[in-house]
Amino acid sequence: MTGAPAGDAAIEVRGLTRRFGTFTAVDAISFDVAAGEVFGFLGANGAGKTTAIRMLIGLLAPSGGSARVAGFDVATQAEQVKRNIGYMSQRFSLYEDLTVRENITLYGGIYGLSDRAITDRMTSLVDRLDLGRDLDTRVKGIPLGWKQKLAFSVAVLHDPKVVFLDEPTGGVDPITRRQFWELIYTTAASGTTVFVTTHYMDEAEYCDRVSIMVDGRIVALGTPSELKAQYEARTIDDVFVRLARAGNAA
Amino acid sequence: MTPPGPAVSVSAIGKRFGDVVALHDVTFDVRAGELFGLIGPDGAGKTTLFRLLTTVQLPDTGSARVLGLDVVKEFRAIRSRIGYMPGRFSLYADLSVEENLRFFASVFGTTLEAGQQLIAPIYSQIAPFADRRAGALSGGMKQKLALCCALVHRPELLLLDEPTTGVDAVSRREFWDLLETLRADGLTIVASTPYMDEAVRCERVALIQHGRILDIADPRRIGSRFRHPLLAVRSAERMRLLRTLRGLPDAHSVYPFGDAVHFADARADRDAQAIAPELRRELQRQGIADADVSPIEPGIEDVFMELMLGTSAEAA
Repeated sequence: MTGAPAGDAAIEVRGLTRRFGTFTAVDAISFDVAAGEVFGFLGANGAGKTTAIRMLIGLLAPSGGSARVAGFDVATQAEQVKRNIGYMSQRFSLYEDLTVRENITLYGGIYGLSDRAITDRMTSLVDRLDLGRDLDTRVKGIPLGWKQKLAFSVAVLHDPKVVFLDEPTGGVDPITRRQFWELIYTTAASGTTVFVTTHYMDEAEYCDRVSIMVDGRIVALGTPSELKAQYEARTIDDVFVRLARAGNAA
Repeated sequence: MTPPGPAVSVSAIGKRFGDVVALHDVTFDVRAGELFGLIGPDGAGKTTLFRLLTTVQLPDTGSARVLGLDVVKEFRAIRSRIGYMPGRFSLYADLSVEENLRFFASVFGTTLEAGQQLIAPIYSQIAPFADRRAGALSGGMKQKLALCCALVHRPELLLLDEPTTGVDAVSRREFWDLLETLRADGLTIVASTPYMDEAVRCERVALIQHGRILDIADPRRIGSRFRHPLLAVRSAERMRLLRTLRGLPDAHSVYPFGDAVHFADARADRDAQAIAPELRRELQRQGIADADVSPIEPGIEDVFMELMLGTSAEAA
């Protein structure tokens, strides 16, 4: 297992635990994620991923253990955590009845950016995503793939230290899915840490490191090549199926 | 029983919603006893197609027959003979597993006991949770219950709209195993999915994008539709590899695929075996010393992207 990456950790998790009544959803997980790393957080449905993410973004108090995200404690400094991260879920956080421009302005305002900064960001976003002619189109009228890229760009509008992506590519066509990952790489290269979940196992191979969660615990953690070597598997899909099946049988 | 002839026959169907063309001139047949896949991303028109086949919506143009019956004129007869699992979880969250099953059985004028034999292999996996509220089941369990509810009246045709979306890789495999069991028992199944890797579980698949069928083929033979030499290239420096490959004069398409990058050569007449050593040398010359190049057979995702580029300016 590769537990500690070099450099300053953007995410530090130590024995993080969450119980609901007698059920332990997240059972003492520990790991670090380095600044600028693309970290894949994998697990079967019900393994505890969503509960873990809700703790890491400051929405759910841990029952035990600790976690620091972007330098802040998720239990005692939840507000600072929220201000220093971006979040994009499977179902978009964009307002469908607002135009592209209005969405960007609204989120810029929520993140506390100045009007000047919002204008600057808008210009660079429009360039990068080629959104010029759609700037005044309502979001519900733009193609799904663009919506996805826009949702991501809005999630990193305030230049957060860490961005959480919860199944960002579900249902997207294969070309857009790949364009989306290039956006992820570009963002990570500029120093933002990317924490991503996915059910597409080929995407797990695009991550610098991946963890696999089974029944509330992290049972595997490493680079995709390390995990494939460790489990003598050809793909991460094979590693995942083996570990998750073993968990289901338990 | 299923009449002779195709279980589903769709002929030049068109459907618009305002300015949006949801389906354009869609034509295909599903043979009786076949496991047929509709493969395409969100917004391709898969759900609209299911709504027409289940007689919930009417086509604007063209015609469709389900189990030999016309979807417009004979919709009542169709409804009792098909099983439909919509894309959204549509069971009663406040009813228990068993109550949901009994409810759906009674709606179709039958009983849980009468449908028991068909659903037994699936129901046995959720039986331990018979008293649990459906809303409290895990994702994989919900799918299995929804499948049981779609089967409880012993339909002749099963229509499944994205049954595995949002479901993890293990539960997805288990779900397709169940579908193969049902097909082996003679049930005709039409299932849609955005996951290309699930296509190989079908006997034939229709690839759909922007309301049009791009191709219909046996998923095991679909690779032959790809007309360019294809090579898998690996390097530790993935982004640099991508950029370098895209800059090559003979690049037709360059896409990441898991731990590799797929490079399609524009020279359709060249042999991938012959290109491999040349490509390796060129990458090394451009500073990618660890480049590993090997010819590969195109898969369904390679073909799908190739067809997308051929039909849609937007994707380019």
